[in-house]
Formats: sequence, C-alpha cells, structure tokens
Amino acid sequence: MDFATLLQILDSTIRLATPLLLACLAGLYSERAGIFDIGLEGKMLAAAFLSAAVAFVTGSVWLGLLAGVAASMALSAIHGLASITFRGNQLISGVAINFLASGLTVLIAQAWFSQGGRTPSLSGAGRFSPWEWPFAEAIIPVPVVGPVYSELVSGHTAIVYLALAMVPISWYVLFRTRFGLRLRAVGENPAAVDTAGVSVVGLRFAAVAICGVLCGIAGAYLATSLQAGFVKEMTAGRGYIALAALIFAKWRPWYALYACLLFGFLQAIALRFQNLDLGLFVVPVEFMDALPYILTVVILAGFVGKAIPPRAGGQPYVKER
Amino acid sequence: MDRMPRWADVLLVPLISLLLAAVLSALVILGIGENPIEALGYMIDGALGSSNGWSYTLYYATNFIFTGLAVAVAFHASLFNIGGEGQATLGGLGVALVCLALPWPHWTLALPAAIAGGALFGAGWALIPAYLQAKRGSHIVITTIMFNYIAFALIIYLLNNGLKPVGQMESSSARFPEGAHLPTLEDIAALVGVEAFERAPANVSLFLALLAAYGVWLLLWRTPLGFEIRAYGKSEPAGRYAGISPTKIIMITMLISGGLAGLMAVNTVMGEAERLVNNSVQNAGFIGIAVALMGRSHPLGILLAGLLFGFLVQGGAELAFWTSIPTELIIVIQALVILFTGALDNMVRMPVEALFNRRRQTAPPKATTPAE
Repeated sequence: MDFATLLQILDSTIRLATPLLLACLAGLYSERAGIFDIGLEGKMLAAAFLSAAVAFVTGSVWLGLLAGVAASMALSAIHGLASITFRGNQLISGVAINFLASGLTVLIAQAWFSQGGRTPSLSGAGRFSPWEWPFAEAIIPVPVVGPVYSELVSGHTAIVYLALAMVPISWYVLFRTRFGLRLRAVGENPAAVDTAGVSVVGLRFAAVAICGVLCGIAGAYLATSLQAGFVKEMTAGRGYIALAALIFAKWRPWYALYACLLFGFLQAIALRFQNLDLGLFVVPVEFMDALPYILTVVILAGFVGKAIPPRAGGQPYVKER
Repeated sequence: MDRMPRWADVLLVPLISLLLAAVLSALVILGIGENPIEALGYMIDGALGSSNGWSYTLYYATNFIFTGLAVAVAFHASLFNIGGEGQATLGGLGVALVCLALPWPHWTLALPAAIAGGALFGAGWALIPAYLQAKRGSHIVITTIMFNYIAFALIIYLLNNGLKPVGQMESSSARFPEGAHLPTLEDIAALVGVEAFERAPANVSLFLALLAAYGVWLLLWRTPLGFEIRAYGKSEPAGRYAGISPTKIIMITMLISGGLAGLMAVNTVMGEAERLVNNSVQNAGFIGIAVALMGRSHPLGILLAGLLFGFLVQGGAELAFWTSIPTELIIVIQALVILFTGALDNMVRMPVEALFNRRRQTAPPKATTPAE
C-alpha cells in the first residue's frame, strides 16, 4: 500500500468516524445520566431525513441542520417522557423510537417528494462544503507534511471539526464542571443527587436533550455532508456501531474518539478493499462489517478489560414517599 | 399488587394503548394526505376479504407467534431478548441445512428434522449472549443486538460462499427437494375437497405455532421450571434465596427463547420460500417484541396479538398495492404499539388505576415499576 492510498483511507476514516463519534458522544451523555438509549439509530435517521428535506426545500444547509436537530430532539423528548416521566422501560422506548423513525421517514418522504422514500439530491448551498484550510493548495509539494495537511487536516466539512472539538468539550463538561459532576452522579446514584436537593428529572432531561442535539448533528452530517440527500435506512446500523463504540470506550470521551476512529477505519477498509487479501488468507468483506460488533462482544465479555456501565443505568428513579 | 381488577390489567389497559396507537396512526395517515377510514377499508378487505388474504394473514401471524413467544419467555425471566432477528436468521440456516442434507422422501419426515434444525441453530445463536449474561454480567440487550448484526453478515457470507449453487446469480441457496415441501392450507383444503387459499403461503407451521403456544403455557404455568423462571423474573434476590440458580435460569430461558425464534424459519424458509434467501426474517424478530408486549407475555394474548400484526402486515401490503401509501406505514403503527404498550405503559395505567382506586375509596396509588 503506497502513501497516497494510506492517506485516502485515513481521510475516509475521518469522514466515516464523524457520525459515529457524534452519536457515540450523544449516547455518552445520556448513559452517564442513567438513561440507556438504543434509539440513537432512529434519531440519526430522523435527523438525516428532515435535514435533507429542509435543505432541499429552502436551499440552505444550515436550516437543514436546524431541522434535523429538531427532529432528533422531538424523538429525544418522547424517550425522556417514556423513560423519565412515566418510568417506562428505556430499552423498549429505544426500540420504538428506531421503528418510528424508520417508518415515518419513508412515509413522509414518499408523501412529500414521491421519489420512493428518498429526498431529491442536494447540491450547492444545500450541502456542507469542504472547508479549505489556509495554504492547503500551496503546501502540497512539500513531502509528507504537504499531502497530510491538505488531504487529511484540511478539506473536511465544518461538522467534522465540530465533532472532533466535541471530544475535549465533552471531557471538560463532564469531568470539570459542576453540571458534569451532577450528571455523572445521577447515573451512579440518583438518590444521593436527590438528597442533595438537585433535580434528578431535570438533569436527566438535560442529558437526553444534549443527546438529541448531537444525534441530530450526526444525522444531518450523513445526509448533507457524507452523502447528498436522504435515502431509506441510510444510517445502516451506525447508531448501533456508535453504541458499540460507547461500550468500547467505557463511557469516556477520549476513548470514544479512539473507538470511533477504529470503527471508522474498519469501515473505510471494508469500503475500499471489499475482500482483503492478506497473502495467507482472504478476509471477506462481511467479516470486516461484523468486526465492530464482534470486538464489542469480546469487550463486553470482559476478556479484554471490563466495561462497567453507570450503575443506575436503565433504572427509572422513583422518589421515595 | 391488586389495585385494579385483573380484567382491567389484562384487557382494558392494552386496549386503551391500542386505541391511542390507532388514533395516532390515523393522524399520520391524515398527515400524509390520505383518508384513514378508506385505508382501513383497504386493509380489512386485503387481509380478511378473501381466503387468499386470510392465508397471508395467517402466514405472517405464524411468524409473529413464534417470535412473540420467544420474547415473552425471556420477559418472564426479566430478560429482554432483542436478538430474535438474529436467532431466526440462524434458525433459517439450520432449517436450510437440514432440508438440503437429504433427498427427503416425505414432508412428515422432513418436518421434525427441520424443527430440530431450526430450534437448535436458533438456540445456539442465543447461547453466547446467555452465557455472557449469566457468567460475566454483560448486558443481554447489547450482546443480542450485536449478535443480530453478526448473524446478518454471517448469512450473507455463507450465501455467497458455499450455499449458493455454482452459476446462480441471486444469492440464495438451492431449492429444497420436493419431499421437503410442507402442505399449505390450499393442500389441506383440497384434502377435504374444498378449493380455497389459492397459491398462498400459510402452511402446517401454523399448527406448529399453536402447539408451541400451548407448550409455552404448559412450561410456564404447569412445570417447576416455569415456576422458577417466573419467580426469578419477579425478583432475582428472592429467587436466589429460594435456591434458584440464576445461571441455570438465564441459560435455559434464553435457549428456549432462541429456539422458539429459530422455529419461525420452518414457516418462512421451509414453508414459503423453500430455499434460504437473504433477509428471510424481515423484521419478524422485532415485531415479536410488540406482539409480546401487546399480549402481556401470555400465550393466549400472543396468539391474538400475532393475528393482529399478521392482519396489519398483510393489510399494509395490500394498502401499498392499491394506494400510494408505502408499506412503511405498518412500521409506524408497530412503533406506536410498542411505544404505548411498552414504554408508555404507565401513562395509560396510572390514570386507569387512579380511576379504580377512587371508586374503591382506598389509599392513593403508588406507582408500579413496569415489567422489564
């Protein structure tokens, strides 16, 4: 493999890791606050659709992004209502949200655009355009540094940089602010937080709302940046891979970045090589597709470092009377 | 726990939830500019208006009874088996391997073998998540989700490398031998001299599903093992104190659950497609969740809920055929049913409970924790 190919693979690694990272951080906030969320997939899907639809109709990708975030937030509100207000089963609520998004997106897309459940292709201001860094063109002739700077560092859309910036921001918010401390506490021991006079319900809704925003951006990225428009089921299991990455990362922001880059890298390899010939044997593309899930099961099994979820995760909090 | 009469818990609450889901679905249909009453008419006519429609409805219902039972058995032990999709996929592989292995002389011989194949492979796919939950405390929901995706990749790989006959374009296995053909309802009707159910897929697996439902009822409410499963599901510490081994219960329950999901393949792979195709499960594993929730995890409820979802899927297909409403409408209805009967159960239950309490003039209601 030559240097240029490697750069291309790393470049698409970053592109493919971005939606995973945003969704993974979304799940991180939610699960740290004790709300399991297997509805990441559905929220991304809903956001992908509405962002593409609105970006097409208005011709503005930024309005599309806003609409996508709104769609994701709406589903988050349902999840919050079910799992916080009515103390329902968070897992079942997540399943329902995935189904709701999967059905509604196609239904509305068909009624709106009559193109078999997809949106028309986006172009121009309807998509995020790559962000060229200064001197990206000029520096190309410089060996190694030039191509790396112009291919890898420069030339991504704004959301890619936003996703990367969210890693230190999330770390700071969660581990260096009072809000973050309380948010983490509510996922470990909500009764203690309640005793301290802080609203468990409020904190959990805040976490679920942040989760909605991040999932919304992730979905909008899929439809308006990675691809040009919405197609049916375009998230293609990314919400679940993000969930896998979250476990891989043991619910920590920096590890989430590494896990998502790893899974993005696997996707980039699978996309580029299909069947990977290692000389001794050929790795089938299906195995590459399944690898994130297999790795997660191995991690879950606790053979390679134990992943311990927040202690109050999945349990509704009932105030004592 | 007896804060409201049993009939209200078993019938009234699910019915109100269903009604809410129906009203919202009607609003969705209105929202996309169609007439809900007309849509319902198409669905009823398409699913129940002819013996052919009935046959499709029963065919889908058979699938959902199997997957619904699978989810329900696990529910009773407080395990949320979300892996029905993967377990049924692998069940399909088991059924296909059995059917292709021998030149079966008659279906009566092939059927028991296929049942064993489907159940064993389905149970086998549930084995690792069960073991990881029982021994290493990995969350069963997450592992079964991962196993669904691993199953999809595995089947695509096997279809493209080995199961697909040489020279065939489509990725599917070879056709099963003629002796593995299960009698359809058409064949059965012909036996008694009636012409009905023309070329429709419902087959003897329907009776297998009814047997399975009865078997699950016997297991859960008439055997010591069933008692242990339910006791463990109600309270793990109490079960442990009573000498019930959590490892044993988790393993056995998940194996039964996976086996039931795998049995679904007898209907789809052996009864309908008569070869293994990619994506033979078509969401039935997930629909099983809605069926189990709707049916309150009781076999009788699951039969009824399975029929309802069979009607929805077949009616939805007809609706898509005659109007511009896509079949995805059914996914939305399903989502709403899962949402209201599962996640928002307390939203319906609390007011109903309050109503009954007011009538009885008893103490104010205390919130119940939902079944997990």
